[in-house]
Amino acid sequence: MPVVVYRVDDRLVHGQVVIGWGKPLNLGFIVLVDDGVAASDWERDLYRMGVPSEIELIFSGVAEATRQLPHWRSDHRKGLVLTADVSTMAALCQGAPPVERVNLGGVHHKAGRTARLPYVYLTDEEFRVLEGLQAAGTEVVAQDLPTSQPVPLEQLR
Amino acid sequence: MSELAHGIVVAHGVLAAALVGEAERISGELGVLVAVSNSECGPEDIERRLVEAAGQGPAVIFVDMPCGSCFFAAMRTARNRPDLRVVTGVNLPMLLDFVSHRTLPPADGAARAAGKGTDAIRQV
Repeated sequence: MPVVVYRVDDRLVHGQVVIGWGKPLNLGFIVLVDDGVAASDWERDLYRMGVPSEIELIFSGVAEATRQLPHWRSDHRKGLVLTADVSTMAALCQGAPPVERVNLGGVHHKAGRTARLPYVYLTDEEFRVLEGLQAAGTEVVAQDLPTSQPVPLEQLR
Repeated sequence: MSELAHGIVVAHGVLAAALVGEAERISGELGVLVAVSNSECGPEDIERRLVEAAGQGPAVIFVDMPCGSCFFAAMRTARNRPDLRVVTGVNLPMLLDFVSHRTLPPADGAARAAGKGTDAIRQV
């Protein structure tokens, strides 16, 4: 099965990902792409505590993820690729195409970001990066849960 | 005499405020527990709220689930802070026990509260 969801969520592994998406999609693995987490034993142990045993949690830095994505896409299980920010997801889309759709699941307030949805705040630069991904063929939507309506990027302007 | 521990309840949405409110209403112990919500928070925001709530400690951080954004923020807050302890699966019986045993060191108060909370889960 392919990677079925590419999600940007600054909370990384949490209930919406593991239960909200993991259960209905019957995920077999989650790839957490983050250089800082991949380099820290303590952070990796922490995130492992948030994933049930039936889902494999794979940690990867960005460079390794761009190399490994073709392998993950050919896995017999369904997978979800998770990044904490837009720039990391953009690097994956550009470094290992094709990514058909990016899901903005949780990008919260920080300095310079403005509210686009209650769970999506973006800087103008982040929005431009997402527009660039969409222009290159990757659909970008905001959708916190499978049961909620996807919101197209154009409506986050 | 050592400083009395206080409790921080961190949970999804309005759950922490509800638990703290009911614990205060039942026990009459006001100002011992602080509620922290993860509503519309990124991980750094939750952690900032927890650090502020913990102050100089000692404190026990009660979390709703043993995973997720509240739990991860609690663990990061308590990392390298021996005066802070984390207990997951927060419920009213553990909070009611905790507010009555604040003279215990945080590790002992946390262990005791966790035991009381676990004892309260029964199939009857």
